[in-house]
Amino acid sequence: MTAVNLPPEVPADIQPGDAVRPGRPVHVSRYTLAARINHWITAISLVALALSGMALFTPRLFFLTGLFGGGQWTRTLHPWIGVVLFCSFAILFVRFWRANLPARVDVTWLAHANDLLAGREEKMPEVGKYNAGQKGVFWAMSALIIVLIVSGIVMWDQYFYDLTTIPQKRVAILVHAMAAVVIICVWIVHVYAAIWVKGTMGAMTRGEVTGGWAWRHHRKWLRELVSRKPRAPAE
Amino acid sequence: MFPPIPNPSVSPDAAKPRFGEKDIMRRSASEVTPPAQRLTEVAKLIDVSKCIGCKACQAACLEWNNLTEEIGFNHGVYENPMDLTPNTFTLMRFTEWENPETENLEWLIRKDGCMHCEDPGCLKACPAPGAIVQYSNGIVDFQHENCIGCGYCIKGCPFNIPRISKVDHTAYKCTLCSDRVAVGQGPACQKACPTQAIVFGTKQEMKDWADFRIKDLKSRGFENAGLYDPQGVGGTHVMYVLHHADQPSIYANLPDNPRISPIVDAWKGVTKYVGLAAMGFAAAAGFLHYVVAGPNRVTAEDEENAEKLTEGKGPAKGPPSAPPPAPPSGPAGHEGRAT
Repeated sequence: MTAVNLPPEVPADIQPGDAVRPGRPVHVSRYTLAARINHWITAISLVALALSGMALFTPRLFFLTGLFGGGQWTRTLHPWIGVVLFCSFAILFVRFWRANLPARVDVTWLAHANDLLAGREEKMPEVGKYNAGQKGVFWAMSALIIVLIVSGIVMWDQYFYDLTTIPQKRVAILVHAMAAVVIICVWIVHVYAAIWVKGTMGAMTRGEVTGGWAWRHHRKWLRELVSRKPRAPAE
Repeated sequence: MFPPIPNPSVSPDAAKPRFGEKDIMRRSASEVTPPAQRLTEVAKLIDVSKCIGCKACQAACLEWNNLTEEIGFNHGVYENPMDLTPNTFTLMRFTEWENPETENLEWLIRKDGCMHCEDPGCLKACPAPGAIVQYSNGIVDFQHENCIGCGYCIKGCPFNIPRISKVDHTAYKCTLCSDRVAVGQGPACQKACPTQAIVFGTKQEMKDWADFRIKDLKSRGFENAGLYDPQGVGGTHVMYVLHHADQPSIYANLPDNPRISPIVDAWKGVTKYVGLAAMGFAAAAGFLHYVVAGPNRVTAEDEENAEKLTEGKGPAKGPPSAPPPAPPSGPAGHEGRAT
């Protein structure tokens, strides 16, 4: 069940805790409890950051500061939530990066992205734990969070005012705003994918999906799990 | 000599403010209807050629605004403190400049502080509604109860003036003594200046007075004497008479051509609209796709195939390219790594 027991040639996209439980329907464990907690801390931080950030981004959304106890509190909390997000995502990154390494099949998958959106799922290649879209979200989030934390520290005047010049801070603030817009768009894609592809939410709530879901969306991953089933306990 | 502003009248009417909320021309992060009639623009004129560096203005500013500066250190220079602070709204800056033409050492003394720009960068950058206002007489004032202490005004300001207090976490700068001006008085610094290096009046009066001073300076050999009223920020309501107006930056880095940074313009302008549009577009595209394409559901057939796969029978309809069940380390089980 644990990584220690895996044979050395275990595919990179099989992660600790991934396992198949036969039955009707088949259940497939996709995320451990720790991974899910880790994910939801990151998710809550990201939403809080988007709301507090947008409140300071445009006067039309300034009223959102009310959610955080007013303007002063929003200004104080936003960077600290950013620190929480950064740390939480860093752990998430360590968990997921190997399964998100690019693979040849990603090119084929991307070439057929239109078929996926049009509902012609049968034309898609078999993919491992993550498809190219999910990998894109993962790497985009990783890169953008680094940009945001670095530019955020430059504009965190309360503690880091003396480290940079005002012209540098101006660049940081523009970069921060642009990166934030992009990460919110990436987040919309991520959330939409989870809503659109039915059966996905269970992966991050109960930690498991049905065999049919795995068959339909991550067949290669399912095959890999089935082929090493004897090593995984049934229950 | 410029006629001094008379002492205030003691009649009760004199205490009635002459401008206020109704005269707000711009308000940060808000849209206001500018007053139909603009008040006469006021200005403070600082004639650096008459300044003796006594710092009476600095002391008067602290006193009128009830500010106490921290006890600092002697850094071996005349500036004290070394920079503007949340308590020091105005600061004498001293420059020893060697004139390359005459090889004379010139002691340039400039009273630094808010310039009260006609197009204030601080106000443009401010995200908090009403934290910065501009009255129609040209005074730019911070409203501390609305300030959130984000420091965006610092990035917006072309003159590096606002400072955030570590005590109440709001931004501070010269108010042009808006409270004194409101009752017909000049700013405290102007009142205290013993040489009339600081004078206060309407902007037109100050320009006229500056002309007179510039003529005088030119007659004394300062042929580049001139008025510093930078048009890059629409002109200012604190102006300087400089004996070397061709090179303002020799006066402790007074900007030669101040303007709101294009980065700040881009951030508060195009980024905001493009950003909101991009986020709106992403959300709308998702919604439309859901409506048009419908949800992506797992079929009963998918579940059956998974069941067959786990039971080792192999699914009825596997894709021809990948014969089920896939061998654990066969060609289909190992992806080539692209990187």
